Amino acid sequence: MSIPIRLTVNGRAVEVTVEPRILLVEVLREQLGLTGTHVGCDTSQCGACVVWLDGRSVKSCAVLAVQCDGSAVTTIEGLADGEVLHPMQAAFREHHGLQCGFCTPGMVMSAVDLVHRNPRPTEAAIATGLYGNICRCTGYRGIVNAVRAGAEAMEQS
Amino acid sequence: MYPFAYHRPSSIEEAVALLADPEAKALAGGQTLIPVLKQRLAMPEALVDLGRIESLKGIRREGDAVIIGAGTTHADVAASPLVREALPALADLAGLIGDPQVRNRGTLGGSVANADPSADYPAAVLGLGATVHTDRRAISADDYFLGLFTTALEGGELVTAVSFAVAEVAAYRSVRNPASGYAVAGVFVARVGQGVRVAVTGAGPSAFRATALEQALADSFTPEAARAVSWPEEGLNEDLHASPAYRAALIPVLAARAVAACCGTVASG
Ligand SMILES: Cc1cc2nc3c(=O)[nH]c(=O)nc-3n(C[C@H](O)[C@H](O)[C@H](O)COP(=O)(O)OP(=O)(O)OC[C@H]3O[C@@H](n4cnc5c(N)ncnc54)[C@H](O)[C@@H]3O)c2cc1C
Ligand code: FES
Ligand code: FES
Repeated sequence: MSIPIRLTVNGRAVEVTVEPRILLVEVLREQLGLTGTHVGCDTSQCGACVVWLDGRSVKSCAVLAVQCDGSAVTTIEGLADGEVLHPMQAAFREHHGLQCGFCTPGMVMSAVDLVHRNPRPTEAAIATGLYGNICRCTGYRGIVNAVRAGAEAMEQS
Repeated sequence: MYPFAYHRPSSIEEAVALLADPEAKALAGGQTLIPVLKQRLAMPEALVDLGRIESLKGIRREGDAVIIGAGTTHADVAASPLVREALPALADLAGLIGDPQVRNRGTLGGSVANADPSADYPAAVLGLGATVHTDRRAISADDYFLGLFTTALEGGELVTAVSFAVAEVAAYRSVRNPASGYAVAGVFVARVGQGVRVAVTGAGPSAFRATALEQALADSFTPEAARAVSWPEEGLNEDLHASPAYRAALIPVLAARAVAACCGTVASG
């Protein structure tokens, strides 16, 4: 049984046909070619797959595509304005918020969602806001610095 | 994941009719069910997606009760000004579940229906003497949690809402598993009228009331009274996170911390 669904992905209307067991992340990566969203664990732990669903960050490995019919999805590819990085992306680059970069798309999507809700997060708020994102490289110091700087830059932009 | 059919009802009646099929399963936030399907621990023939049933969502106050729709997410409970004002302990508890992404999807109904022994909500449901409303009846919290992943729900029965009595004062304290956030042990203390209710999650096969602590706290609502209770380790959970003896030691300590929070003081130890 395949079902047609409509999504608005990074502002663009798309229609895809999916089996009910297909995950949102599979549609994004395999059907739409948006491979910026990563799969680290596929068990809801790591947050590499975080995207926004109707403006809220979710783990796209734990959402069925059919559940998203009619919804708006934003992925890491939807953040930059052409060649101009989103202030949070720029802050990650500037403050060494990444090493291998595998966790980065999810980190950035969670971080921007956090700042949308809490424009001036404290260090503790950044830590709890990124509880669902795991990084095996950086030791988190650079990430926390980047999120703080990214939040400031978002406030000014 | 094995293949399954997918239904997306827009009303409770339609959902209940679809769930009458014993091979069908409700899908709420999917934060528990989707991982279970991936591991092939469940293979329903059909999923009934509750996500578009608006009457399952929302929070309202009715007299002395806060009524929360089963489809309300943990994030919405945590952020609700109504819950924060009437039952801050419940808003705090919802804000501690898992991580922000789990809270953006996971629902009260899913948590209560699943009855994970380490889940946080059951402590509040039991501790506040809540009522679980379903498509066919109202079940008091004391009759609801029956054992490991086992509740009083019948096959195909849909949780529609939970109504929480507004407590005079209440608090929840837990030791969280640092990886998942699930409670290694968690204690919810509530003072309702003359009585005190104490509910424990994470420590036993399902959430349970700690009557010895309730009695001690009814006599003296102080952290010291809670800490003076010694809890037996028999019947408590053993897993890689904690031994039964450790969980037994945590119960009075967490109760004391919750009481201290109720009294606006900080418990030592
Ligand atoms: C990484 C991670 C960390 C987590 N940490 C915590 C934590 O710290 N504390 C905690 O308490 N929980 C935690 N959870 C679990 C989370 O709270 C789940 O959201 C919750 O247990 C299930 O809710 P759901 O809406 O996702 O339900 P689903 O996964 O959709 O469903 C769960 C079960 O309930 C049934 N069901 C759902 N809704 C209804 C209904 N209305 N009526 C009848 N049956 C229904 C389904 O058929 C299924 O069997 C965590 C989950 C993850 C993935
Ligand atoms: S891939 Fe989704 S949380 Fe790890
Ligand atoms: S930069 Fe490598 S996992 Fe985070």
